[in-house]
Amino acid sequence: MAMLGFLILFPLVVAGVLLVVRNNRARNAIVGASGLVIGVASIWLAVSYLGAPWVQFEFYSPTVDYVCMAVSVLIAVAILYFGIKYKNVWACVLATVQLVGSLVFEFAFAHGILVTEGLYLDSLSLLMAFIIGVIGSGICVYALGYMEDFQAHEPEGAKDRRPTFFALMFAFLSAMFFIVFSNNMLWLFTGWEVTTVCSFLLIGYTRTDEAIKNAFRQIIMNLLGGIAFLGALYVCAIQFNTLSFLEFLQIGVQNPTLVVLPVTALAFAGLTKAAQMPFHTWLLGAMVAPTPTSALLHSSTMVKAGVFLLVKLAPVMLVCTVPAVMVVLVGGLTFLFCSFMAISQSNAKRVLAYSTIANLGLIVACAGVGTPEAVWAAAFLVLFHAIAKSLLFLCVGTAEHHIGSRDIEDMDLLFERMPRLARFMMLGIMVMFIAPFGMLVAKWATLVSFADTGQVALIVILGFGSAATFMFWAKWLGKLSGIAAERENVETTVHPSEWIAIVIMAVLVVLCCVLLPFISSYVVEPYVYSVYATLGQDISSTNLWIASILTAFVVIVLFAGVGRRSKAKKADVYLAGVGRNNAERTFTNALSGESTASARNWYLEGIFGERRISPIGTAMCSVVIVVAFAASAVALPGLF
Amino acid sequence: MSMLAILIGTLAFALVAPVLGCLLAGVDRIVSARMQGRVGPPLLQPYYDVRKLIEKDNVSVNSTEGVYVTCALVFAIIAGGIFFSGGNLLMCVFVITLSSLFFIVAAYSTRSPYAEIGANRETLQVMAYEPMVLFMAVAFYLAAGTFDTAGVFELGTPVIATIWLVFLGFLFVLTIKLRKSPFDLSYSHHAHQEIVKGITTEMSGKTLAKVEIMHWYENILFLGWIGLFFVWGNPFSLILAVAVVLLVYFLEIWIDNNFARVKWQALLKSAWIVALVAGGVNIAVLTFLPYL
Repeated sequence: MAMLGFLILFPLVVAGVLLVVRNNRARNAIVGASGLVIGVASIWLAVSYLGAPWVQFEFYSPTVDYVCMAVSVLIAVAILYFGIKYKNVWACVLATVQLVGSLVFEFAFAHGILVTEGLYLDSLSLLMAFIIGVIGSGICVYALGYMEDFQAHEPEGAKDRRPTFFALMFAFLSAMFFIVFSNNMLWLFTGWEVTTVCSFLLIGYTRTDEAIKNAFRQIIMNLLGGIAFLGALYVCAIQFNTLSFLEFLQIGVQNPTLVVLPVTALAFAGLTKAAQMPFHTWLLGAMVAPTPTSALLHSSTMVKAGVFLLVKLAPVMLVCTVPAVMVVLVGGLTFLFCSFMAISQSNAKRVLAYSTIANLGLIVACAGVGTPEAVWAAAFLVLFHAIAKSLLFLCVGTAEHHIGSRDIEDMDLLFERMPRLARFMMLGIMVMFIAPFGMLVAKWATLVSFADTGQVALIVILGFGSAATFMFWAKWLGKLSGIAAERENVETTVHPSEWIAIVIMAVLVVLCCVLLPFISSYVVEPYVYSVYATLGQDISSTNLWIASILTAFVVIVLFAGVGRRSKAKKADVYLAGVGRNNAERTFTNALSGESTASARNWYLEGIFGERRISPIGTAMCSVVIVVAFAASAVALPGLF
Repeated sequence: MSMLAILIGTLAFALVAPVLGCLLAGVDRIVSARMQGRVGPPLLQPYYDVRKLIEKDNVSVNSTEGVYVTCALVFAIIAGGIFFSGGNLLMCVFVITLSSLFFIVAAYSTRSPYAEIGANRETLQVMAYEPMVLFMAVAFYLAAGTFDTAGVFELGTPVIATIWLVFLGFLFVLTIKLRKSPFDLSYSHHAHQEIVKGITTEMSGKTLAKVEIMHWYENILFLGWIGLFFVWGNPFSLILAVAVVLLVYFLEIWIDNNFARVKWQALLKSAWIVALVAGGVNIAVLTFLPYL
């Protein structure tokens, strides 16, 4: 238990220290060292409890309760402060509702309820802790170099708010650890709200009008989810007289009809946090923030808190129809529509954002299906998405600082201009969408579990969504791979901390793909077994090993086979005219002038454009959610 | 399915498939010629072409293109090995998609405008046929109870009996996969409807030879998928499967010679509508029929 306490408190202490440290070198040292400590500690925790079933820790402390309450109040006050400062009525209203709601709850209902086992861990928490600890702190280390560049690009005399930035990043990690280890749902809720407000502050970091607008969008949507969470707590306290997450899940599995409303409310909170349609716009808006923020929000924290809660609820959803249908439909539709919209985007960060939302949709749908096989797939989707997406964000961030653009069309010839970075980016892209890499193995398991449970709609959605996924990743991959002439290598000035983080992510992603069969049997299967008491795994270990071997092969080709000089005679590319300068792709045109031959990728705006797809998805998902709430209100015993 | 079986299967496929594929390509050219009122080349002409290509000097626009094409070839062979050794159909589908990806990236890496148009179109084609191919695999699983292709030999009736609708849908996208007109957007054998040489514009000599050989492998594999629908416990069903496969290939040649290339919009829309109707309906029937 000491380890859990350490992981929760240590980042918080570091955050406090970073808030006051203004010296650049001191900050580098602190962030680097504490990142290392957190990473090692989370790996150590994962290794020492490898294969653990549900382990509870007897821990009850009124102090923590009071601290949680104080934090809740503080959060609400902070939101109110910003809401009034920037005149945002909705944020103020929602923050007030939440403040009053949580105070009333604390004093009138929760006071008498004792949760003796405050903390717990199981294999899923371990997996999450690993993701938060290693990837999260990796991103913090990356941020050192990135923010230095970022500050250098700021106008002269701009205020250096980096201390706040780094403090928020570490506070975020602490809150995430708190979420994955808390058995007391009130504590869980506090962690939940802390991530909401931290990301609000991080998104608004640059204080431009756009950033502030998007930050408020985020806070409003997530406050809605938070209030739904609070509603679920009320029901738990009043109806079941417990706030223990474990007891709640047990009650839910045994009496599914009793828990329809709280599970729907919790699932709704999960959907908002996981940026599912119609709430996907906050994640797109979060792109205005500096890239490490996007990486942190998208890969290892925040959105993963949402899917973590949903995956935890999966066994209840297996027997409880209303929330399950809601979650399955919203997740499935989000996956489909966001994959479509990603095709029409040329801004790399927006492509990543849409792909994040789409993949979260798939995880959400798996959680809604709720069978052991689907949970197995969901756990792997969480893991691989976290690593590969953070790798991609870090690569895009570095590329942006060196080529001056985050547009995919401008990443033309990156293979020559930033040879190492381009390979890492290509690796990240391939992990995201193509066999034999981990993400696709997880999608494969997802497909099988959908087929086994007769989810026809989800099979169809997965078929079309995956096809769209192929399109938008393959064309980006192609853009990166272009080779035209000996371009200047511009990656020599990349900050070492950025390389360290990128290499860590790349090594991790390869290791996780190659060792997938091990991770399956020592981490994911124990979790599935501890929850369902049966083993559910759809892909035979032979096939897992074949995927593992093929992965190793592709990685070797990518890093050792491609790009070496060969003895082949070099020819000019064909330009349908007399070439002038083949490296620049110019040729003599029909009027004896000079023309440049260039090609852009296809974005198919007319078919997959946001304007066309987004309203459909938003409307469909909103209807699903409203209907689900209506149905669960009807199901509430004693109401009708 | 053991790893060893797949290894042996891959080796066997690597040796046998190009011979069959080459003969098939020869027959294709003769039949096409007869349909057009010509005599056509000798049966072994595709082999002579490839031999000639291999003898050519090693010339390329960059050093990486050939590496990517080699990868595409290797993965096509592995996909075939997985399929014909009785392995997992989905795995086979995924590995052949990986092969297509490497082929696409090879074209992109040249950064030649014409090759890039071909690569864009090839990507679109993959997007167009992928849903139907996935539905084919899922429907096979629902009908046969396993993803392993070896499972068909334990069936009492061939899967075509329950998933004929999926078969028809797959037949539609097969035209794309076999690169036959009207769906040969990225790379055509009909010079009159091609933009330069599509995705292979910058490929020459040994690299182009590898591409040709890869198509032989692919064609045999895709026809194997067709045959899979008609095999069951009875050993004679294999003969039936081969007969159907030949018939289907003849049909594809006939389509190839009678339809002009369509625009990409028509390709994408028609392929997706077919996948939605054929795949969706058939899978829904298979899923819900037991409850009715």
